[in-house]
Amino acid sequence: MAEIDLNINTQLARTILTGFIRSEVTRVGFQRVVLGLSGGIDSALSCYLAAEALGPENVLAIRNPYKTSSPESLTHAQLVIDALGVQSTTIEITGMVDPYFESQPDIDNIRKGNAMARARMLTWYDQSAAFGGLVLGTGNKTEILLGYTTLYGDSAYALNPNGDLYKTQIRQLSRAMGIPEPILNKPPSADLWLGQTDEGELGFTYEEVDKLLYLLVDRRYTAAECVEAGFKEAFVKAVIERVRRNHFKRVMPPIAKLTNRTVGYDFLYLRDWGT
Amino acid sequence: MKLNLALAQIDTQLGGVQANLEKHLDYVKQAKGADLLIFPELSLTGYLLQDLVPTVVARPRADDAVFKPLLQASKDIDLIVGFTEEDNRHRFFNSSAYLSGGEVLHVHRKVYLPTYGLFDEGRFWAWGDSVRAFDTRFGRVGMLICEDFWHASPPYLLWLDGADLLYFISASPGRGINGEDSLESARWVEHVCQAYASLFTSFVAQTGRTGFEDGIHYWGGALAFDPSGELLAKGPHYQEALTQVELDLNELHRTRARLPLLRDERTALTHRELTRIINKDIGGGDGRD
Repeated sequence: MAEIDLNINTQLARTILTGFIRSEVTRVGFQRVVLGLSGGIDSALSCYLAAEALGPENVLAIRNPYKTSSPESLTHAQLVIDALGVQSTTIEITGMVDPYFESQPDIDNIRKGNAMARARMLTWYDQSAAFGGLVLGTGNKTEILLGYTTLYGDSAYALNPNGDLYKTQIRQLSRAMGIPEPILNKPPSADLWLGQTDEGELGFTYEEVDKLLYLLVDRRYTAAECVEAGFKEAFVKAVIERVRRNHFKRVMPPIAKLTNRTVGYDFLYLRDWGT
Repeated sequence: MKLNLALAQIDTQLGGVQANLEKHLDYVKQAKGADLLIFPELSLTGYLLQDLVPTVVARPRADDAVFKPLLQASKDIDLIVGFTEEDNRHRFFNSSAYLSGGEVLHVHRKVYLPTYGLFDEGRFWAWGDSVRAFDTRFGRVGMLICEDFWHASPPYLLWLDGADLLYFISASPGRGINGEDSLESARWVEHVCQAYASLFTSFVAQTGRTGFEDGIHYWGGALAFDPSGELLAKGPHYQEALTQVELDLNELHRTRARLPLLRDERTALTHRELTRIINKDIGGGDGRD
């Protein structure tokens, strides 16, 4: 296997990402952000970056347990809240989703997991209005590329500082920022059902797939070149297909064009238009 | 002769011409003692304009509302500003203007519009079609905009056209993070500016912008190199700053006495070979003149 170095200068990343949060929140008239704090590493990193960018008093961390959520998730989220001194609230989603689940006798874990992710999103956007802060995203480049997200669930946010960092780079930056050890060391999990782990569900490790994605996306390697670099052909093909199949989660939904000027095609402005 | 240079690596408001103009005039006040104050690419408009391009235009003339106060200010200090120019045929250019003594000395229209990767300039702006040096009270100058100096030919042409002072302005998106202390894009700009100063035994000053536009950031990091390629000044990264540096123009004499690269440059040979190459490539070339 070719040597692939995903190490980043963490101080540089920290400067750019905190600058990004500060600029993109304040230029549209806000001072504050809200985010879902799961107890995992991605949202912990977003929370650390936001606290550094805006001050802990301007960050509202929301814990959204479901009745089967691991108690460890709550404890780990609390470690972040205590370490940073950010504002926090706990909104359990059991009462929101269980009546719906009861009405759906055939519902499976995937549907339940997606519904729970969207219920959490509902609380973030409502708390966003109450707290007067933008919703901060937490998803990383690996899961965005693989489509390992819930559309309009965890993928819903106003801005995301983590989305151009692979999972292994998230770990590197998190370590450099002093995120508590138990969060750094536990296996990544969406905690949507008991015993769920990302790597178990995906069928490969982040370490492996990050290197492959780096070659495919950042370095523009072909599939054959990735195999030549030492990756198994079946793995390369499965990942490429997964990235393609999930592209719909990364783009705005298409609008059918009828007029001479249509949102999404030839009505082109940045979000930061006029600011 | 000495030239006191001031490089203003500013953030801009996207499409907010009036706010950006006020910031320019504020920096004019800050740049006390400077002979020339340089602003980044599209300093009056912001960079990722897309469909805002036709709405932020200015014309470098005394009767233009944006240029009037800048020309007034140029009676005390020479200025280089970046803007979107609309010509008489209503084409829009990514331009820079050199203002001095209340006059527009020169306008450069960006000749290389990057339209690949994250860039889409060719969609929104017209291509400039000339690269000319011009005279100022401190000597002959060449002005280029960002992608112009990622190509070796525009600085080379300016050198042959008599420019001893090369002023580059940019709005370069920061990209390429790895274990190094700065981004690949920042290191690359530093390398090429140093290379041009060394190869052309000329002064090179580069002013890049700062700030964010959506998820894109600009790192700043203004640079000035002397005719030996030595770094004279470097602005900070990731913050607005005014970097002032005194250029000792006599250094041109000393460097070229030691290293007569300009004297020995064989322009006729270059011309001959270029003509041959272009003729050979007719039909197989890229078709762009």
